[in-house]
Amino acid sequence: MLADFGYGVLVITFLISLYSIVIAIYGEFKKSAVMVESARRAMLLTWPLLTLSALTLVYLLVNNHYELEYVWAVTNRSMPLYLKITALWGGQAGSLLFWSWLLAAFTSAVTLRKWDRDREFLPWVIVVSSVTLAFFLAMIVFFENPFAKILGPVPVDGRGLNPLLRHPGMIIHPPMLYLGFVSFVIPYAFAMAALITGRTDDRWIRITRRWTLWAWMFLSLGLVLGARWAYDVLGWGGYWGWDPVEIAALMPWLVGTPFLHTVMIEEKRGMLKQLNMFLIILTYDLVIFGTFLTRSGVLSSVHAFAESAIGPMFFGFIGLTLITSVALVIYRWGDLKSENSLHSLLSREALFLLAALLFLGILVISFWGTIFPLISELFTGQKVTVGPPFYERATTPLWGGLMLLMGIAPLSAWGHSTIKTLGRAIWKPSIVALIVPIAAYAGGIRQTVALIGFTLVALVITVTLYEFWRGARARSRKSDENFVTALLRLAGRNRRRYGGYIIHISMVLMAIGILGIEIFQTETQKNIAVGDEINLAGYTIHYDSLAQFRNQDGRYVTRAVMSISKNGRDMGELYPRFDIYPDGQPMTIPGVRSTLVDDLYIVLVNWEQVGPQSTPFKIYHNPLVKWVWIGTYLFVFGVLVAAWPEKEREYASARSRRKKAAYGTSGAD
Amino acid sequence: MTENTPETTAPKRDMPLWVQIIVWVALIALLVILGIGLMRNQQGTVQAGDRIYDFSLTLFDDYTYEGKSPVTLSDLRGKIVVINFWASWCTTCKQEAAELEAAWQYYQPGGEVVFLGVDYVDTEPEALAYLEEFGITYPNGPDMGTRISQAFRIQGVPETYFLDREGVLQYVQIGPFTSIDQIQSIVDSLLAE
Amino acid sequence: MKQRLWFIFIVLVLTISTVILTVSVVSAQGPTPTADDVNAIAKQLYCPVCENTPLDVCETQACAQWRELIRQQLADGWTEEQIKQYFVDNYGARVLSEPPRTGLNWLVYLVPPVIILAGAVILFRALRAWNKPAAVETEAGPGSASEADESDEYIARLEEELRTRD
Repeated sequence: MLADFGYGVLVITFLISLYSIVIAIYGEFKKSAVMVESARRAMLLTWPLLTLSALTLVYLLVNNHYELEYVWAVTNRSMPLYLKITALWGGQAGSLLFWSWLLAAFTSAVTLRKWDRDREFLPWVIVVSSVTLAFFLAMIVFFENPFAKILGPVPVDGRGLNPLLRHPGMIIHPPMLYLGFVSFVIPYAFAMAALITGRTDDRWIRITRRWTLWAWMFLSLGLVLGARWAYDVLGWGGYWGWDPVEIAALMPWLVGTPFLHTVMIEEKRGMLKQLNMFLIILTYDLVIFGTFLTRSGVLSSVHAFAESAIGPMFFGFIGLTLITSVALVIYRWGDLKSENSLHSLLSREALFLLAALLFLGILVISFWGTIFPLISELFTGQKVTVGPPFYERATTPLWGGLMLLMGIAPLSAWGHSTIKTLGRAIWKPSIVALIVPIAAYAGGIRQTVALIGFTLVALVITVTLYEFWRGARARSRKSDENFVTALLRLAGRNRRRYGGYIIHISMVLMAIGILGIEIFQTETQKNIAVGDEINLAGYTIHYDSLAQFRNQDGRYVTRAVMSISKNGRDMGELYPRFDIYPDGQPMTIPGVRSTLVDDLYIVLVNWEQVGPQSTPFKIYHNPLVKWVWIGTYLFVFGVLVAAWPEKEREYASARSRRKKAAYGTSGAD
Repeated sequence: MTENTPETTAPKRDMPLWVQIIVWVALIALLVILGIGLMRNQQGTVQAGDRIYDFSLTLFDDYTYEGKSPVTLSDLRGKIVVINFWASWCTTCKQEAAELEAAWQYYQPGGEVVFLGVDYVDTEPEALAYLEEFGITYPNGPDMGTRISQAFRIQGVPETYFLDREGVLQYVQIGPFTSIDQIQSIVDSLLAE
Repeated sequence: MKQRLWFIFIVLVLTISTVILTVSVVSAQGPTPTADDVNAIAKQLYCPVCENTPLDVCETQACAQWRELIRQQLADGWTEEQIKQYFVDNYGARVLSEPPRTGLNWLVYLVPPVIILAGAVILFRALRAWNKPAAVETEAGPGSASEADESDEYIARLEEELRTRD
């Protein structure tokens, strides 16, 4: 009964989104403001309706309604309440509903903004976002109905969520990723509106830049949380395996990141309109493409959802959006043409473009590596694997180039820089940065990649801190504020700039962790008896005891106690374990001791015989990996600084801009 | 209202035709590849009526078929061929192993039916132990380089394919057989044709 | 003459001891390969039945058999290359972490660099076409490369500092 209600609401929402598409287009052609307003209000209805439907599903999940196939598949009686709620996105059908709900929230939020200055965009923004919403709703309504009932007798208990997904990281990771994906729909909708209406100035960028930043933050967080989950749960000592599904989530990020930078050039200089259009379309379509790869089963992957009927429909939607977007860009190509001018190949614009090239290079490698197995299978009938060595070898120099650019670009000027000006700005930070590799070399590190990597990290950090210092000094001299006040006020008034710098630092902090685990990871595997020891990377791991017992919730737990010491100093105990769930699913929980210097990561290997006489352990030593997570905190802080809403300053800044422009390049105030 | 002054806009020039052509060709190629990949994926295994590519199976050391070791599919025209994919690590395969062998014992004297066991990505000692355990006597061999299983686009093991006398695929069994009758009814219907 | 004999003797001793050492190293690795020896190779091979999982961390029964196979082969004195080749012959090219460099597979290695190079050429040509001496731009006045968008005077000053640092 309740399930029928939930499904009925979905169908109605689907029809409403169709209505808003049709009526918005019709209203646009009839020049009828009333109709467009009607379409807008229809769109505003979708979110409350989907909320109702999603809440219905949550209610059914929480109350053990196992007559529903979805509820049966993702919950069981022994799961705690919070897991039953989050099971909303634990499976294909529910996660599609959750995704649609988020999308409706975002599109509703955007239609609530003041539209007076951009009336002409409104109908098309409605059309693009409603088409996307209608597409996802159609998939739910026609193929993946979470409210579908089980045929036959009602089961007493559910199958339960895959144990691997019962982890805090897995509970927040999908919503973050979906938020990132969904919020990229907004800039795309505005870009399409700009193309369709022919209003090809940078207005759409100004409206959506904060959306884009939030979208980018959620996407980045989604990626990091996924990595964290893999590190904590999968028990292979790493966090990123260049799996097709991981790459599918990374690809929009690889385009969204340069987009955040090149839009600045369009805002400042009116340049690169074509490039920005290209980038936002690519981001959106990679979002759809990534979802398609994950959910259609075209590519086999450890993460892939089970094969389903939505593949062909998804394929059609990708075709539709790609062909329409490309056709529109080609149609407006001439209008998007702008007078581009630079005074130097070292200007900040040129460096941003170079960074965009490197990002797109990584994208090309990732994309090609992901779809190549498909091509190989089609033409030769042979399956091949494109694995981490391929991606690592191909992308490492490009990542390095990006870090170098992060070090240089803040010191180059908009419009004009020469070797001389740049050289003068950069030599001091460079010398400071060089201390790091020298120290590392003295400390016995000989790996070239590591030495170069640490140099670049040091360069970015010193250059960025130097920029903070330079700005604060300039302000404190001029305004009689003390240094700290000056720094805070300066950053507060130029959030985007200084938030961006904080993000740069956070990125290289993550790079420290990545370099650490990629280059210095060591591992060993050994069968030992209780009382024996394993040595790795200076640590002595003593095997104290083994316990095997059945937990209250039916899990069969195998848990070892290991005491860790280093150079005779006691460093506490670790408890690697694995649980066998009642349905036979294993879950490995490594024992991890994490410090700023290194992680000791002990896995109790569950694929071999385990007993007190001979227990197989796999031990990883992962230097510096904690910096990845530390960088993430700083990253969130940086985005908050950059994107925190402030008063709409556009009118004011436009005025002051005009005033200042009158000074021309004589520039000084 | 516009943020960029109009004079920064250059005279309108469309995208060069050759660039347009490249863009469209690349786009269509991508969609075609994805489309075909998706189609294959949706199809699953080869279907009844599909043409079966010829292959030859090199048998395990103690196995021969009519005294020969590599068995070539095209040499078996005129006979019903039952191709069973299995592996020693596959637990469901063990459920049907005895039934398959019994069916082979039943049809072998007639000489009109050939059973072929194709060992899918397996290790030889375990595979031989498996064959020994279930006393399997029909020709068995490893699928070197997974060529045969890829040609059949198998989705897992066990899977069994029934070819008629013309070498046309007539029936596909996904998952294990539950009884010998199940096998016999399929083979008998092919024999009756 | 005596010196020469001595010399030959030393050379002989050295050669023999080297041979013995080498052989003993090889055979020392032979009979008891450790889990680490097995993992070193298993890491580079992918499970042919599960998707994108290297053999050293794969939990299935099949993978355990393959690790055992590698251990056996190592014990028999096989080299890493021989073992990999055996896996390719038996289970297909997909067990390798990268496509082998043959035939159509070359595409996977060649296409990205070609596209990136093409992108670099396009970017470079575009930058050169846009590159104008600063003087011309100054005359253009409003909308030029100036500090058009910086609403903060301090930022304007910082930018100016970068531009004119001579």
